[in-house]
Amino acid sequence: MANLNKTSRRDFLKIAATAGGGLFIGFSWSSCDSPKMKVLTNEEVLAQSKHFNGYLSISPSGDIIIYSPNPELGQNIKTSFPMVVAEELDADWSRVRVVQANLDTEHFERQVTGGSGAMPHSWERLRKAGATAKYLLVAAAAQKWDVEASTLLTSNGMVTHRESGKTISYGDLVEDASQIDAPEEVILKESKDFKLIGTPVKNVDNPSMFTGKPLYGLDFYRQGMLNAMIQRAPFGMKIKSVDDSEAKAVKGVDDVVVFNNNVAVVGKTTWPLMKAKRLLKISYEPDGLVESTEDHDRLFKEMLDSKEATSMRKDGDVDKAFRNAAQIVTSEYQCPFLSHSPMEPMNFFAHVKNGSAELVGPTQTPERARMETAKLLGIEPENVTVQITRLGGGFGRRLAADFVIEAVELSRLLNAPVKLTWSREDDMTGGAYRPAVRYRFQASLDAGGNMTGYKLRGAGINAGNSTRQDNFPSGCVDNLLIDTIEHKSPITTNPWRAPITNFLAYAEQAFLDEVAYTAGKDPVQFRLDLLNKGKRSPVGDVNYDIDRMIGVIEMAADKSNWGQKSNVKQGFSVYFSHRSYVAQVADIEMDNNEPVLKKITAVTDCGIVVNPTGANHQVRGGIVDGMGHAMFGNLTFENGVSKQKNFDTYRLIRMKEVPEIDVHYVNNGIDPTGLGEPALPPTGGAIANAIFQATGKRLRSQPFIEQMEFPDTKMRIGRS
Amino acid sequence: MAIYNLRVNGKKHEVEVEEDTPLLWVLRDHLGLVGTKYSCGIAQCGACMVHINGETVISCVMPVSNIGEDEVTTIEGLSINGDHPVQRAWDEVDVAQCGYCQAGQIMSAAALLKKNPSPSDQEIENGMNRNICRCGTYHKIREAVALASKIK
Repeated sequence: MANLNKTSRRDFLKIAATAGGGLFIGFSWSSCDSPKMKVLTNEEVLAQSKHFNGYLSISPSGDIIIYSPNPELGQNIKTSFPMVVAEELDADWSRVRVVQANLDTEHFERQVTGGSGAMPHSWERLRKAGATAKYLLVAAAAQKWDVEASTLLTSNGMVTHRESGKTISYGDLVEDASQIDAPEEVILKESKDFKLIGTPVKNVDNPSMFTGKPLYGLDFYRQGMLNAMIQRAPFGMKIKSVDDSEAKAVKGVDDVVVFNNNVAVVGKTTWPLMKAKRLLKISYEPDGLVESTEDHDRLFKEMLDSKEATSMRKDGDVDKAFRNAAQIVTSEYQCPFLSHSPMEPMNFFAHVKNGSAELVGPTQTPERARMETAKLLGIEPENVTVQITRLGGGFGRRLAADFVIEAVELSRLLNAPVKLTWSREDDMTGGAYRPAVRYRFQASLDAGGNMTGYKLRGAGINAGNSTRQDNFPSGCVDNLLIDTIEHKSPITTNPWRAPITNFLAYAEQAFLDEVAYTAGKDPVQFRLDLLNKGKRSPVGDVNYDIDRMIGVIEMAADKSNWGQKSNVKQGFSVYFSHRSYVAQVADIEMDNNEPVLKKITAVTDCGIVVNPTGANHQVRGGIVDGMGHAMFGNLTFENGVSKQKNFDTYRLIRMKEVPEIDVHYVNNGIDPTGLGEPALPPTGGAIANAIFQATGKRLRSQPFIEQMEFPDTKMRIGRS
Repeated sequence: MAIYNLRVNGKKHEVEVEEDTPLLWVLRDHLGLVGTKYSCGIAQCGACMVHINGETVISCVMPVSNIGEDEVTTIEGLSINGDHPVQRAWDEVDVAQCGYCQAGQIMSAAALLKKNPSPSDQEIENGMNRNICRCGTYHKIREAVALASKIK
């Protein structure tokens, strides 16, 4: 039977110990300013200091092991983090082995995949780790040859003495280097001297992924474990009665367990459980609000007109601006609930033993998994271990720990190791969705077509604050009012890639296009005018960099030949989120009166691009994601259950529907600012605005596919 | 329960399962071949794509009782050393993000190229359109299939 490679720190230490006196670098992740770097002997590593929580090891053989602490779900962090360490180390990349770390809060900080924040958080820490190791290796070579360290060069895992041409490998230096005290300060490379950063380095898991090795949580197997699946209740309902007689009669089903409003079927293998789950006869009764989409429609209307909204930002005098307006533009935009639907459904392995728990599986937040498990079991967090598998996608769904806790509860109840698997239907009906949101925008224009006032009301269902009150155009409009209102629903929601901005950006950028059109201005120039006004005389706090935003707008206009292609209708969009700036232009051509989306041009300012392959993946993937969900994504409800239960009715974008995507970067040498999310938000707006140019129709509601009312035709997407 | 003698990746395997058990779950739960992925279970996404006698088959809806003597090939058996032209192209182009769907994509691509060694862009899209990639690696997949068609 298959078994995942266990990649615990113990294994790492074992590797290092058998290598016999390797070099270990511990470095503090908690503060860039005071990383008291220290070289540790094997014994010291075994008795690790609490201050040291990341490790790089070099064995005498020259092999380098770099731990990657953060969960890998396709953002390529398992490749790009080690690249940064290896760059400063001047390592031979072919000798670098990357190991996924387990949850280790003593030695790592922010072992989270979310918020596009890993690289911004760790960039300097990773570089210092590599640079410190290099310093020690060079110092060891200087001692050995009795020369000044400044006369030595490093490259590709070797130290060279410039004058004599003598060379020695890192592996031959590690024992001596481990006797030298680490420096307080190290000098980092100039970005112009990067050799590895900025080059396309292949995903370190390619060989395993492309030959079907067990990497993912769903692939995990433990001798003697039980498999379990759960039938969950509709939102707002509780179990009234359960008839499990038919389910229990299925061969291969060992048990049916009712717990916490759930009914679990348990057995040795998966298929009998899938069959049995369908044979459960469960009746439910209301236990709170039992909502359908029609209820949400009514609630949205109430919220958009409500006097109860929470003010998020107020600049100038909006009422006066609207009283004195030459023109007023008002529009409402809406976006439905969405499922995250990573290709690997939720799953987790748990083994609760006496006073401890072992967890294995795909999570974006291993520490939350630990803390919630410890709380549930009433045990100390350090008695919960979490092994992080590769994640078959996440998109924010795996920030929650509901599926982890279910596995833990079942393991406790059944007194056995349990792997819990969600079916696709469970995944789609099981909640933690992107919240549904509606927006009402209003803009006042003076006689010259200048935007004098701007109002935004965000109304959401379990969306928290559905605005981003300090984002553009805030700071560039004299009179502004942004408020938000929320309905608390039993339907659970969770961050979904680029939370809030994944629909706010579309709505705002489509609305601004309407305002520009009403003002008789070019959409690009309209945005630039606003930004330049904000630069000259900022209104209130401006928490984005106006110059970086102008930079991507101008470059996108240039790269897309904005307004210069006679047969192409273009839509513009730009958004700042997660510290990075992305502008996009959608090109639509009419073919037999059908709009065909031919191309999206994207210009990204994410600072330094660590790995161009990984970056292109994030930009293209974010755009495909944004486009697919804007076009097709729709989750509607009937009596507390989503009507869509699988990919036959919940449509995901496919290859034929994806246009050419032309990707550019500003490349301004700024430290990396994050890229897992920022490319997604602008896409819906760029497409909606291009559709308006091509057809005159405004798309104010997602999914677009339900808004196409062109006579005798339908929108075609893809490359014709 | 019934006993089935399956030919998978050139080896014979005896399994005792219910006759309606999909090949996917026989591979994953009974033979430990977990490279073939579960994602939708209703033949919509292609993550569980395998070959039967060289033809693509969506294994999540293929009952084990239908297999008989047919030769099943999974991602683990596509090549001995992971060096099938499609696997090499996938590595060269660096196709994957999360990677979960890629075994199914590779199996679809390998079968496509066997039938049509030099597919046009349109033929690549038609051949690959059954496979969903939630991360959106479609551009890279197109590129990798085209590259694989040139690798001998």
